Amino acid sequence: MLELKNLTVQYGAITALQDVSLRLDRGEIVTLIGGNGAGKTTTLRAISGLLKPRSGSIWYEGNDITGRPPHKLVAQGLAHCPEGRMVFANLTVLENLRMGAYLQRDRRVIEKELEFVRSLFPRLRERESQLAGTLSGGEQQMLAIGRALMSQPRCLLLDEPSLGIAPLLTQTIFEKITELNRVRGLSILLVEQNANLALAVSHRAYVIECGRILLSGPASEVKSNPQVRDAYLGGG
Amino acid sequence: MTELLQQVINGLSMGAIYALIALGYTMVYGVLRFINFAHSDVFMLGAFVAYYTARAFGRWGFVMGGYLGGIAILLLSMTACAVVGIVIERLAYRPLRRRSTLTVLITAIGVSLLLQNGGQLVFGVNPKAFPDIFPSSTLNLGGLVINSNQLVVLGVAIALLSALHWIVQHTRIGTAMRAVSFNATAASLVGIDTNRIISFTFGMGSALAGAGGVLYAMNYPSIEPLMGNSPGLKAFIAAVLGGIGSLPGAALGGMLLGFVETGVSGTRWSTFRDAIAFAILIGILLFRPAGLLGRNRVEKV
Repeated sequence: MLELKNLTVQYGAITALQDVSLRLDRGEIVTLIGGNGAGKTTTLRAISGLLKPRSGSIWYEGNDITGRPPHKLVAQGLAHCPEGRMVFANLTVLENLRMGAYLQRDRRVIEKELEFVRSLFPRLRERESQLAGTLSGGEQQMLAIGRALMSQPRCLLLDEPSLGIAPLLTQTIFEKITELNRVRGLSILLVEQNANLALAVSHRAYVIECGRILLSGPASEVKSNPQVRDAYLGGG
Repeated sequence: MTELLQQVINGLSMGAIYALIALGYTMVYGVLRFINFAHSDVFMLGAFVAYYTARAFGRWGFVMGGYLGGIAILLLSMTACAVVGIVIERLAYRPLRRRSTLTVLITAIGVSLLLQNGGQLVFGVNPKAFPDIFPSSTLNLGGLVINSNQLVVLGVAIALLSALHWIVQHTRIGTAMRAVSFNATAASLVGIDTNRIISFTFGMGSALAGAGGVLYAMNYPSIEPLMGNSPGLKAFIAAVLGGIGSLPGAALGGMLLGFVETGVSGTRWSTFRDAIAFAILIGILLFRPAGLLGRNRVEKV
């Protein structure tokens, strides 16, 4: 469904990604783990069109989407829930969700999606008329995911959903992620610092370090790899 | 008492015009974070479009001087200015989207000079008498002298401000404007074509400036290509005063500045009118650097 072929991205003279190739099949959760500055977020930003790659190509549902602007990709069912949540703090929760369905003109479809998001995150329903800036970090993360879902994506790029969130809420959010994958068949490319958590919900994993893919394989294999255990799983 | 009421009325109609122009500055700042110095010249173009349309209407034998004719002229001016604003953004600012704000600011000054000098070339440098596009009469209410044009200014300004408020708060595109102004990256990730929203913002701001130009010309009945400078600067002050990026702030700042100016004009310090306006600006910014309604990076556009 999504494939990166030899992707290289540079910020000025600094190479952020070097020759990265990876694949996400339909119905899969694939996680990209790695340390700070390894290139995880850069990978997602290049896929969704926020960054222009230096070389290489990105394929989505059989089409070359390299360099296509983000708003066009949303229309094709590729949603990106960005790092740091980026909810519109000056808009209400409901307005944020409606903006998620910006390209959808059919009101019934919008209402149906709204109901779905409300049932997924009941907490948001209680806060609908509040400004998004007044929500807690965990609620903002729910809102960011809900907003991304409003565009009815077939593929979701999810960046650090556990960042700065209470452990209990992190648990809830990860349960919802697996639920979305199981029930809706949503394909998810997950970037996560908390490798334990990410590997537990994923089918496959890639380990990225200094802008290169170090190793990849089924989540269970990656989890038991001694190198990965030492570097990312706290030696456990 | 009569004197005071008189000043209130004068202040309201002056302030309404400042408010209309200030909104354009603040809207563009909201989405692009720079001051569009060419805005005051779009204001000037609004007055000129109205001038030439009124003359053409007269020549073609349309009924002149009626309210309908006036509204038609006003709408035409606003449309023309909206187009000009969109074209300016497309040609001058969009190619610089990833450059520093300073580059764009200097370009804006360049566009402003181009419009002023181009205006002198095309329209001529001599002031032109602005025709009565709305029926004009003077009402005398127990010593209170009100020109009907002042009422038209107020009515039009209130209608436009309400329309703008409705668009920004209750429509899909208005919500998208607020989203883009808060975080353009996040806006593009939900499918918003930010360039289209920016065009729309320029169009709306410029239409308001055009309306401001026509209303201004009605009350100060001569127009010339440099007429935008002074009110443009005042409206910019009004926008900063209210909190740049805040729409209610721009409206409030404009009104406040109008009141102060007309208030000072009515006293023996009238020659210090502008100095006092600027002094108030400095005073407010010393204590509230974000402006009256500016909330430091929250609630923009």
